[in-house]
Amino acid sequence: MNENETVMSQEYKEAITSLLFQLADDDFLYAYRGSEWLGLAPHIEEDVASSSISQDSMGHAAMFYKLLEDLGVGNADDLAHSRPALDRKNSVLMERVNGEGYYMETPLYDWAYQVVRSYFYTQAKKIKIDSLCESSYSPLADTAVKVRMELYYHRLHWETWFKQLLSSTDVAKKKMDEAIKKVMDDFGDVFSYGNEKLLIEKSRLISSEESLRDKWNASIEPVFAALQMEVPKISDKPTKNGRNGEHTQDLVEALHTLSEVYKFDPIATW
Amino acid sequence: MEASLEISPGRVYEVLEGVKDPEIDSISIMDLGMVVEVTTVGNNVKVVLLPTFLGCPALEIIKKNTINAVKELPEVKDVQVEFVFHPPWTSDRITERGHVNLRKFGIAPPPRQIEADGSWHIECAYCGSTYVTMENVFGPTACRSILYCKSCKNVFEAMKPVSTLM
Ligand SMILES: [Zn+2]
Repeated sequence: MNENETVMSQEYKEAITSLLFQLADDDFLYAYRGSEWLGLAPHIEEDVASSSISQDSMGHAAMFYKLLEDLGVGNADDLAHSRPALDRKNSVLMERVNGEGYYMETPLYDWAYQVVRSYFYTQAKKIKIDSLCESSYSPLADTAVKVRMELYYHRLHWETWFKQLLSSTDVAKKKMDEAIKKVMDDFGDVFSYGNEKLLIEKSRLISSEESLRDKWNASIEPVFAALQMEVPKISDKPTKNGRNGEHTQDLVEALHTLSEVYKFDPIATW
Repeated sequence: MEASLEISPGRVYEVLEGVKDPEIDSISIMDLGMVVEVTTVGNNVKVVLLPTFLGCPALEIIKKNTINAVKELPEVKDVQVEFVFHPPWTSDRITERGHVNLRKFGIAPPPRQIEADGSWHIECAYCGSTYVTMENVFGPTACRSILYCKSCKNVFEAMKPVSTLM
């Protein structure tokens, strides 16, 4: 890694840093929202599966923060826990609450939303990770190869739920349709690199936004076709772009909860 | 002479046979195929490990146990443990002895072979039948899955198949 650092141009380093924050913050918030389902998933097997997926995803976030640490950006745990909402680069979709109410009080979480968000995000992550396996930055490519194997099971899991709920009762289908709409309202920044688009794309770290978006569409098209549905369109003008630090109050509150635990014991192993 | 005090990688490998997976204490990190490299310079040792699953909370414990175990060797001064991702850990890295030791713990070893389409066969941990179904690919820990044997009607655990083909 040291040899990389010496030959790395300032511009290239900026591009990697920016991309790594996007990847790390996405998984960090996704894992956090997933972990809020602990004990609330529809059945015990799902509880085990959900927490396993959250744990894996937190592990992926930790790897991306570690790559930032290796670049001298800061301590990985601090990067994960101590950055304010304004500095966060996650997609807005990842920060959204699971539904009404608080985990510690009376949560009225929406399982359909969790299934759709997880399936669409995991599919998007797979498309990105496939591209990152060929990244010009080899530490990132090595990490991607590892993430890819674990992601295989996550994707299968959420795809199964997605298909089953949409082929189930009218109530389930209605809830799923509403969830799809809600998720797609926030999907515009998932494949966005924000203001760093040019910098990231010309560094050959990952494919272009457009190419990833097309691949995502093509990859879920067969699932939608089998359900006799159309793949929802990804907006190219997100109302809020998390990659540029535009976020909602949901993120502010999530970070508050997360950092409370962290400040309580900053040297604990995560 | 100083040379007699130097440590050989062979001694270190022997010690690593005794470093167990904290979650499955019948199997060592050598059995799991986690050790990629041991290098020694004088009295200093460096051990390079492959993480099984990235979010596995046991990794930090394994690191600590590895350091402590190698330090037990009287000739050793400094021990460094590093995790790398290349080559990626896959379940076919588990050794023949690892398979035996997993069965001792009541866990079915991962499939020997994973087909190009991602399919695989696992033998029941109790009766060896291959007439099994996956109940929940996500088991009690990141590396384990829960299966059901249709022959002896037992629920059992197996190491999750992990391959770059996936
Ligand atoms: Zn059996």
